[in-house]
Amino acid sequence: MSTVAPPRPAAVPPPPARPSLGARAWGQWLRWWRRLTAMRTAIVLLFLLALAAIPGSLLPQRSLNQNAVRQYFADHATLAPVLDRLYAFDVFSSPWFAAVYLLLFVSLIGCVVPRLAEHVRALRAAPPPAPRRLPRLPDSGELATPLPGPAALDVVEEELRVRRFRVVRRDGVAGPELSAEKGSWKETGNLLFHLSLVALLLGLAGGKLWGYEGSILVTEGRGFCNAFQQYDTHSSGALVDSEDLTPLCVDLVDFEAQYEEDLTAASYTADIRYGGPDEEGAPATIGVNDPLRLDGDRVYVTGHGYAPRFTVTLPDGTAFTDVSAPFLPTEQATMSSEGALKLPDLGAGVEDQLAIEGFFAPTGLMQGGVLTSIDPRPLNPQVAIRAFEGYLGLDSGLPQSVYSLDASQIERGRLAQVGSANLAVGETLTLPDGTAITFTGVDQFAALQLSHDPGQVWVLGASIALLAGLLALLLLRRERFFARVGPAPGGGTVLTVGSLTRGGGDSATSFAELTGRLRAALDERSPTPSAPPTGGAAPEPEVSPRDR
Amino acid sequence: MTVDPSLAELSDTLFSIAVALYSVAVVAFSAQLAFGRRPARQLVAAGGGAGGGAGGTAPAAPARGDRFGLAGLAVTVLGAAVHTGVLVTRGMAADRLPWGNMYEFATAVVLVGVVVYLVLAVRIPAVRDIGAFVLAPVVISLVAIGLFLYTETGPLVAALRSSWLAVHVSTAILGFGIFFVSGIASVLYLLKLRSDARGADADGSFLSRLPGAVTLDRVAHRTAVFGFPIWTFAVIAGAIWAESAWGRYWGWDPKETWAFIAWVVYAGYLHARTTAGWRGRPAAWVNVIGLAVMVFNLLYVNMVSTGLHSYGGLD
Ligand code: HEM
Repeated sequence: MSTVAPPRPAAVPPPPARPSLGARAWGQWLRWWRRLTAMRTAIVLLFLLALAAIPGSLLPQRSLNQNAVRQYFADHATLAPVLDRLYAFDVFSSPWFAAVYLLLFVSLIGCVVPRLAEHVRALRAAPPPAPRRLPRLPDSGELATPLPGPAALDVVEEELRVRRFRVVRRDGVAGPELSAEKGSWKETGNLLFHLSLVALLLGLAGGKLWGYEGSILVTEGRGFCNAFQQYDTHSSGALVDSEDLTPLCVDLVDFEAQYEEDLTAASYTADIRYGGPDEEGAPATIGVNDPLRLDGDRVYVTGHGYAPRFTVTLPDGTAFTDVSAPFLPTEQATMSSEGALKLPDLGAGVEDQLAIEGFFAPTGLMQGGVLTSIDPRPLNPQVAIRAFEGYLGLDSGLPQSVYSLDASQIERGRLAQVGSANLAVGETLTLPDGTAITFTGVDQFAALQLSHDPGQVWVLGASIALLAGLLALLLLRRERFFARVGPAPGGGTVLTVGSLTRGGGDSATSFAELTGRLRAALDERSPTPSAPPTGGAAPEPEVSPRDR
Repeated sequence: MTVDPSLAELSDTLFSIAVALYSVAVVAFSAQLAFGRRPARQLVAAGGGAGGGAGGTAPAAPARGDRFGLAGLAVTVLGAAVHTGVLVTRGMAADRLPWGNMYEFATAVVLVGVVVYLVLAVRIPAVRDIGAFVLAPVVISLVAIGLFLYTETGPLVAALRSSWLAVHVSTAILGFGIFFVSGIASVLYLLKLRSDARGADADGSFLSRLPGAVTLDRVAHRTAVFGFPIWTFAVIAGAIWAESAWGRYWGWDPKETWAFIAWVVYAGYLHARTTAGWRGRPAAWVNVIGLAVMVFNLLYVNMVSTGLHSYGGLD
């Protein structure tokens, strides 16, 4: 395919300037655009992005830990609101973080799209003409041969084609010449890498807009259905229609945590049934690192804990049998837990509300009158509880945690402590008014999470493409090789050769090797060898020294 | 899955032996710098053909300094073998991969750094001269790891029992170890530039015996180019694991955030190396910052902040 590239039209000089307002605005815009899409700008934006992410890791973030943010507000009463106005607790969804990465991506697109067009053109065009002065190239040298010029170039062309170079021959001003190129995959990899970044961002954004997740604590024997009202906490993207959630219900049949001898948690498994709202439900077992994957939805076990059971018998004989509430683990190693059980409605005619707040130990040990837990397994469940009567404030309109009592009601005296006790299973605390609270046993609960992220498959695909592009970009190299023939002073031909390499590796070594092969090939075809063929080894090509 | 106490003890003993061997290597490499007169590549005569590898230069008749250098190299190889033994016996003691907590992770990272240095030293003879500057940080790191990060051998917590541990953590260790050597090369490059600028080449300071600035810069760049895709893969594998372990592939957990920052800084370094105005000194600084970010991510994020990645094994 020794085609000669069509001559490129010479650049047309710009028409005489007629600086209309529009043209000037356009010129201004072009200047800004060039500045934005320059590599230097991209570097600065990259560093800005890194800097912008730092506060997101040093300050508590709402998306990660609401409680930590609340704590920060309590500890830094004056500073926190100021920081909050700067989105310091929502860094990764803040407008300024978005501004940095959007600018970066505009810069990237502005940089990559012209290169893409250029690359597509270059893939089809012939390798560029040889530079005028080959010895100026980073690697260059000369080869003498008795062959006539065209025959010598034939030999070079053949050797290069065997090495998968694309070759073109031209008649240059200074004589016949040859240009060859290989390794265009490097640039393809470069473009793939940068475009994958854009695809990755789009997948991420899509997942944020159309995705949602909900979390709920489910006690053994109970279940939940996929609806935002049912979750303890949920978050959803701007384009999620709460009517459109996947109709899915999950029941927790059994939960089991296994431990090593040294009480390191070895595994959690939850036996569940899942299916549509009115279906029987299919059985499945999920656990750590092993979620339930349905089409577009995943169900995870993200934690577990204990829900102590109580039977409360009122003085009039009304009994609330085996009521329970999840107690949250405060220490994973021993599963010491804290929580509250609230009974706002004790039946007609009873005005007071009742609550139990306390500490649960799966394997309790009394140390100096204080209950502690010494084992995460429920070997000897005990509770240390305090009972309260009065007004819980549940309908006061202010949100309150389900895991603790509203301290302000206690401060205001609306909720009064009426008794306390440490109980083992079967033991009873009797309150002054005759109400009996019996600790009847314990259930396990699992923290379940349902996630829906339609973008994540795209993100995965983009990441794989990104890695492939990166490998091609970094490991391949693009080589251009040029040769020009001229007459040798004593008859025969001198080949001037040079090469230009982009990408890793030691170009001098590979250039030396290639020229060595060329010399050997030239000698083979020559009627009389150009150099004394002693010893068999090909003589060293004259390689110009390079940054030694 | 019980822990074998005698193997665990052996691992701890090997750790001390490795530190001792590396310290000997530091002494030998320092002696090389003190007694070798000029950088090795100028000392040697070309030819002889014994070198074989890149550059192909080999000492025709090793001077005293070179003998110390070779001794340092040999002791380093021995140290690396013992160092490997630390991890192998740990893994056998607990019957699992030996990178389940910070102590094991950091120990493995340093081992990768040593091996990367050895590979470079074999392939590029001039790199042997930086032995003291690689091994001294290695010794300091190991002593700090032994003092502050030491954790008893034990079983893995449930969340770490996944084949992604092998994929994600191994590649993170590899990437980190490679960046370790790359960062040291950049620091030396910066020092070398300074001493060159002061015309200190003749005065016989340690720095004047280092390989040339161009070589140091190239070593830093090549290693970073090698480490970057590995680090990229480690981050992607981490995201895939997070999707099955934590319910989302990316959540700006502190560890994730700093892995991202490191990735961006190294991408910045690779760009800076090819951008006018950033080449040379500024680019090298970016590489040094990259290593600082990696170390920060290991220490601060595990020890100070709380997040899902808190598997450090330190309370
Ligand atoms: C998230 C942002 C970006 C990342 C992570 C990134 C990453 C990379 C990496 C790793 C390389 C390889 C460097 C090398 O071969 O030594 C590269 C090359 C390149 N990038 Fe980017 N890039 C980003 C943004 C941009 C932007 C915004 C532009 C354009 C303004 C750009 C233009 C280029 C160019 C032209 C090259 C080729 C350099 C060469 O091989 O000579 N990049 N990029």
